[in-house]
Amino acid sequence: MSSEWPLWEIFIRGQHGLSHRHVGSLHAPDAEMAINNARDVYTRRAEGVSIWAVKASDVVASAPGEKGPLFDPANSKVYRHPTFFDIPKEVGKM
Amino acid sequence: MYAQEVKSTGKGVKSLDEMDPQERAFQERIDADIKIEPKEWMPDGYRKTLIRQISQHAHSEIVGQLPEGNWITRAPTLDRKAILLAKVQDEAGHGLYLYCAAETLGVSRDQMTEDLLSGKAKYSSIFNYPTLTWADIGAIGWLVDGAAIMNQVPIQRCSFGPYSRAMIRVCKEESFHQRQGYDIMIKLANGTNAQKEMAQDALNRWWHPSLMMFGPPDDQSVHSAQSMAWKIKMNTNDELRQKFVDETVPQAEYLGLTVPDPDLKWNEERGHYDFGELDWNEFYEVIKGNGPCNRERLEARQRAWTDGAWFREGLVAHAEKRASRVAAE
Repeated sequence: MSSEWPLWEIFIRGQHGLSHRHVGSLHAPDAEMAINNARDVYTRRAEGVSIWAVKASDVVASAPGEKGPLFDPANSKVYRHPTFFDIPKEVGKM
Repeated sequence: MYAQEVKSTGKGVKSLDEMDPQERAFQERIDADIKIEPKEWMPDGYRKTLIRQISQHAHSEIVGQLPEGNWITRAPTLDRKAILLAKVQDEAGHGLYLYCAAETLGVSRDQMTEDLLSGKAKYSSIFNYPTLTWADIGAIGWLVDGAAIMNQVPIQRCSFGPYSRAMIRVCKEESFHQRQGYDIMIKLANGTNAQKEMAQDALNRWWHPSLMMFGPPDDQSVHSAQSMAWKIKMNTNDELRQKFVDETVPQAEYLGLTVPDPDLKWNEERGHYDFGELDWNEFYEVIKGNGPCNRERLEARQRAWTDGAWFREGLVAHAEKRASRVAAE
């Protein structure tokens, strides 16, 4: 069997102005084919208006083991959520 | 189902107390419905079982294109042809979502392709039956895709993130498949006598194989307990089969067709339909490679791979040439 085509991670921006979102991955020999294939595999039902294809080998990811050091500190900072503060009823909507 | 006989560890399910701390923490996350992601630690058996299950599922989607592909050029109208083309293209897409999900577990696409082409990997028994008439396309959409939906909807909640996400995409598209099939059946069932007979004949041939899609009865399904503990299988085979019968019989009645089972009867007490025994010898023979179309299906996949080699090579040559030009600039 031939050597495998590189893996591409595919990101699609939907119609409503939201940011590109990861939808899955696919194999393609080059960037142009990655976009072509992404159109066929991930936008058959008008799911998007823009495609990003990124070589999977270029993606830098946090390691599962780093979960604690990276994300635990946020747990102790609940005051970042607006619901942390009680606003008196009389003040009305804020 | 699309993965009917997935071998697991072959051992009994361990209790939490029998597990080492790492495995115990893993099982506790699964019990708490926390998704497992590819880079995280997982027991070897979990990884291997999932690779088998997801790749079988993917192979089924890919081979599943063949029985229906048989009718694309002979669809009765241009509309039906365009719809069937779109449906078959969806199946290819479903196969690709699933192959990618399996690859996150460390198996390569080439390895999976090789295993399918060599006959080592399994795919669903249902795709080894022939599509003899146009009504078979209706019956496949209605029954086969109907059964697939019944199985795949719960797998959306499975414990492995990439598999669950692939299933969510698949399920979004699957309802179109079932409805287009039922639409064909409605048309035929309300057509001429010959058309109605054709619809009945398709139901006669596809009913039992469709029920077998859910896999062997629970008492013969040795690997289910472990897969259910790992939440990569959410319901037992018999549960889903019963659910399918209960939902499908009224749909057949609406069509004015007769389900080919003399033992089929509503059981008021159970609140379910009773139905006759299935021929499990036939099932195991088809799984082993001795169904009506096993050889033809595998040959078609092998031919597609060989005949497409020049094209794949051409794409690589083009990509390399362009990359070297960019490098030279």
